[in-house]
Amino acid sequence: MLGDIALLLVGAVLVNNFVLVQFLGLCPFMGVSNKLETAMGMSVATTFVLTLASVCSYLTYNYLLIPLELEYLRTISFILVIAVVVQFTEMVVRKTSPLLHRVLGVFLPLITTNCAVLGVALLNINQAHNFIESLFYGLGAALGFSLALILFAAMRERLAVADVPEPFQGAAIGMITAGLASLAFMGFAGLI
Amino acid sequence: MIAALTEQPLLIALLALLSLGGIFGALLGFAAVRFRVEGNPISEQINALLPQTQCGQCGYPGCRPYSEAITAGDAINKCPPGGEETIQALADLLDVEPQPLDAEHGTEKAPVVAWIREAECIGCTKCIQACPVDAILGAAKVMHTVIADECTGCDLCLDPCPVDCIDLIPRKEGIAFWHWNLPTEEAMPANIIASDTRTRDAA
Repeated sequence: MLGDIALLLVGAVLVNNFVLVQFLGLCPFMGVSNKLETAMGMSVATTFVLTLASVCSYLTYNYLLIPLELEYLRTISFILVIAVVVQFTEMVVRKTSPLLHRVLGVFLPLITTNCAVLGVALLNINQAHNFIESLFYGLGAALGFSLALILFAAMRERLAVADVPEPFQGAAIGMITAGLASLAFMGFAGLI
Repeated sequence: MIAALTEQPLLIALLALLSLGGIFGALLGFAAVRFRVEGNPISEQINALLPQTQCGQCGYPGCRPYSEAITAGDAINKCPPGGEETIQALADLLDVEPQPLDAEHGTEKAPVVAWIREAECIGCTKCIQACPVDAILGAAKVMHTVIADECTGCDLCLDPCPVDCIDLIPRKEGIAFWHWNLPTEEAMPANIIASDTRTRDAA
């Protein structure tokens, strides 16, 4: 059991990394990776939301959609669940912990539209995960996202001062770097 | 009824999504009330009434600190730029007796705006550092000028100026800055009609 979960985590973080191997959640990956500090804030917020949303959508699917035979509504209801979870979390955090809200505040609403969050919810269904597996798959996906985002942000901070040939400056070198990082992560495929 | 429903998968789907949305909506509405974040509402309202000149004549570094001090029980008559009007509004808000303006902190003046005599300005930037609302534009060794719309007429830039090239001139009236001239000695109702003065001169 424990071995299965460890395998699931490693699989989600490295082998099937959501950003660099499955190409989900690319907009925050390119958009919020200009500074290491914001990348870290985004990572923490995403980890939180992804894990929570993964569990909530599992519950919605198994205890609402399956009994009513409405499996075909999963996409729209997951979007609804994710949006509500994010919004509710934002309200609670703002009330209970102003410090945490200052760190996560701007990022929480952004995550609502992160496709990795919906991706995890749908992949949980496709791969027939149970409750615990859904929880750890969500966590693993989030950790993988954080790893990719922070690594990439650190690289981009160096790229900002590097002497890049003129046609490649700015977003272009960012895309190329992302592609190389993706190639590197493909190398983990033989790990499990 | 239920049998009819089960034969209509479309209806079930609609109902399920609607009720899901309804429940979530109610949850968020409840959360918005339950987890509302409050600043200090009274202090906010007082601050909204203060003139935002940030002049510091009340003895506090700006309007917000003064509004917090009033919330904590300070007197409401320490704001010369706001004048009697602000004191009256504060008295209404806090339900206390309006008091005359405390002369110790200054007297009420007609709205003014700072004006730099540009030929004399040496570009020392000292007034820029003193301005509480960033209404002075300029750089070192370059002539400075005042953004009239931003200037609150607080006179804090006058003291730091080493060449005394800043004047306070009456603010030009317009839609945004309208000043009602109250009846004064010269313009008492009796003097308004031209014939009044003429008869008095004759007498």
